[in-house]
Amino acid sequence: MSAATLNPSARRAQAGTTEPAWVRYTLIGVALTFMFLFLVLPLAAVFTEALRKGFGAYFEALQEPDAWSAIRLTLITALIAVPLNLVFGVCAAWAIAKYEFKGKAFLTTLVDLPFSVSPVVAGLIYVLMFGAQGWFGPWLQAHDIKIVFAVPGIVLATVFVTFPFIARELIPLMQAQGNDEEQAAIVLGATGWQTFWYVTLPNIKWGLIYGVILCNARAMGEFGAVSVVSGHIRGQTNTMPLHVEILYNEYQSVAAFAVASLLALLALVTLVIKSVIEWRHEQELKAAADTPPERPLASSPGALA
Amino acid sequence: MTALPEKALTKRRAPAKVLPGFNLTLGYTVLYLSLIVLIPLSALVFKTFTLTWDQFWAAVTGPRVMASYRLTFGASLIAALINVVFGLLVAWVLVRYNFFGKKIVDALVDLPFALPTAVAGISLTALLAGNGWVGQYLEPLGIQLAFNPNGVVIALIFIGLPFVVRTVQPILEDAEKELEEAATCLGATRWQTFTKVIFPSIAPALLTGFAMAFARAIGEYGSVIFIAGNMPMISEITPLIIIGKLEQYDYAGATAVALVMLVFSFILLLIINALQAWQRRHTGAPA
Repeated sequence: MSAATLNPSARRAQAGTTEPAWVRYTLIGVALTFMFLFLVLPLAAVFTEALRKGFGAYFEALQEPDAWSAIRLTLITALIAVPLNLVFGVCAAWAIAKYEFKGKAFLTTLVDLPFSVSPVVAGLIYVLMFGAQGWFGPWLQAHDIKIVFAVPGIVLATVFVTFPFIARELIPLMQAQGNDEEQAAIVLGATGWQTFWYVTLPNIKWGLIYGVILCNARAMGEFGAVSVVSGHIRGQTNTMPLHVEILYNEYQSVAAFAVASLLALLALVTLVIKSVIEWRHEQELKAAADTPPERPLASSPGALA
Repeated sequence: MTALPEKALTKRRAPAKVLPGFNLTLGYTVLYLSLIVLIPLSALVFKTFTLTWDQFWAAVTGPRVMASYRLTFGASLIAALINVVFGLLVAWVLVRYNFFGKKIVDALVDLPFALPTAVAGISLTALLAGNGWVGQYLEPLGIQLAFNPNGVVIALIFIGLPFVVRTVQPILEDAEKELEEAATCLGATRWQTFTKVIFPSIAPALLTGFAMAFARAIGEYGSVIFIAGNMPMISEITPLIIIGKLEQYDYAGATAVALVMLVFSFILLLIINALQAWQRRHTGAPA
């Protein structure tokens, strides 16, 4: 009450845009409880279940040859899928953000399409293309090439489900930045490659890294689509998430959660990198805002535009 | 390139294409899109055409399939609605209030995006099963959250939460406090200010987040199958029906059900795009 009498105008202005303290604390409490139950507990459960029988059993489960081959296959898949989608993402963003053409909105919708297709359907379409009864099935069989129920199918399905990640990060970013800097570079005599490499790339690097880590997390963690095309051959076509499923269904709980804990660690690392990137980006925006307009920072023109 | 300067003089609509690489990048985009997405998806449509209409209808309206639609759409709807309420709450708390550990909570919102769905599935199951951390306290009360449709809803809440939070959060951040001050000066209570001033401005974003969470939930597979129990007619989701048909080598049947799902996801995608366009007009800012 004394605060109100001392500075009535300040108090009223506060009251206009916020709630009484008890409402604030209740809302914070409910939100945090919800987050705890739905996000923190499941994450904690993974590590607790994995270490239920101690570190010895944990590391033993991870040293199994099948676990190793699953880890290797997951890494190989991500190593192929992420660069493919990176090249596509940059091309698509360049075409869509830098030019005006007919059907641009439709093309953007099509790029987003894999996000809304169920992973199971994503796997199924490759079975229909390359499976024994599929379009190319007989031809592939005649040439002794295996795509479905083999590694190429797993890679294809992973490429499909992670298809839009990098493009989606880059398109709005490059649209916001406009063409002025690139046009200046071209006018000053730079080649297309030089323009991209020295002008565009530094401007989009945070968005690019952001897209790559999200794409990578999904590529390594994809389950539904890969499950349809994998054939579940232990030691050969099992990725880490599929290996988790097999172990879990065999009631090898500790082993299943041990492999799952690696994937959970991957998720945590992804979140940390993501937060760091966001923080760095904010810092750059602030630095750009603090710089006098006649000397803008080369790295963040988006903030000034 | 030679004809461009003339064109630029007569048509002032778009700037002349000074930047090189249009043909290369657009060509590659369309080629890659066709190879990875469009041609495989068209295989689904063509495969369905090998069925007669009666066969197709029988495949997509069998009693087990119908039960799976009810579960998938019903559970997705409930989960998305719950996510709208709690997603708005979490976004509101993160934007408007300060508390200890806010940065960590903010980062944690994206956990469902980053955590593989199979991991989420087994850990939620471990928590909610009769002997789990949470399940052991609920079982004496007669509440079972795992191995039945409740479990499906819970897994879908987990999966959908970030969609609502991340669409509403930026809109709340950009909201102008002056409007709220004006409302208060004009005598509105805080609740009236929220329902009449704040809520209308975030409603489009909320609806977009709802649609995105709903669309994701319909297709979700990995997190659900562990916790659902997968009993035919009771807790079997539609993607699992497709897998089941595939395992019985009923490719045509699997394809027919998949086509139904694909059509629904395409419709939802168009709705989401329209909602986002509406949202951009609403806020007047490019998003």
